[in-house]
Amino acid sequence: MSRAYEKTFPVEGDNFDNAGTASIEIKKILKDLRIDEDVLRKTAIAVYESELNIISYARSGNITLYVDDDTINIDVEDEGPGIEDIDLAMQPGYSTATEHIRQMGFGAGMGLYNIKSCSDLFEISSTPNVGTRLKIIIKRNGR
Amino acid sequence: MKLRHLVERLDLGVLCGEDKLGNEVSGGYVGDLLSDVMANSSKGNIWITRQSHQNIVAVASLREHAAIILALGKKPDDDTIEKATREGIPVLATDRPGFEIAGQIYALLSNDRSFRAGTES
Repeated sequence: MSRAYEKTFPVEGDNFDNAGTASIEIKKILKDLRIDEDVLRKTAIAVYESELNIISYARSGNITLYVDDDTINIDVEDEGPGIEDIDLAMQPGYSTATEHIRQMGFGAGMGLYNIKSCSDLFEISSTPNVGTRLKIIIKRNGR
Repeated sequence: MKLRHLVERLDLGVLCGEDKLGNEVSGGYVGDLLSDVMANSSKGNIWITRQSHQNIVAVASLREHAAIILALGKKPDDDTIEKATREGIPVLATDRPGFEIAGQIYALLSNDRSFRAGTES
């Protein structure tokens, strides 16, 4: 199957000044590809939360977007502390965010939960002290 | 309803985005937790918040909000205005608390035919 688009966006940990930059760029690309409104919304939320997770918790990471005829694929990988208990991290409201992160309105413990809600396929794997990987697929034809 | 109409009726300060006051307002959302606003607000919403740092701009841009209102006299950081200008997001200001301004906007929108509470997408 031919891929319409593929690009990797590096994200720097703890750089809140540029938070959302990759997400905004990805949304613009998808808009140019005339992706359906609801798919665009789900992708924007999933990518934004992934980007903020890297910035909030990891040293660095990459978000890779690839779009084919049927799906939007987002692969996220970071180098960082990883997640000890993935089931716990997936629970809405659970967060290990610092006070600094919370004061900015982040760290509400909704990130991974929101990503999963917006995904047609969501896989997460993590190795403590190494990093975390997410595989997100959103179907282009909606539900 | 046009953003300009709300700005005039509610005497909102326009901190940037003067050229975007023709934006159509589909409804509103109130929140200071960015994940909540990302997940639950809608395109064309006017977003009322007390967060004033530059990260609010990415959220408003990604969700295509009509504008951000900083309530209770909250002053934005300089780079918030810089970024909002670049992304084309109007930032508005009021000294009144969020509850009050949300109520007034809701009342104005309710009289507007294009607004259907809770059903906007």
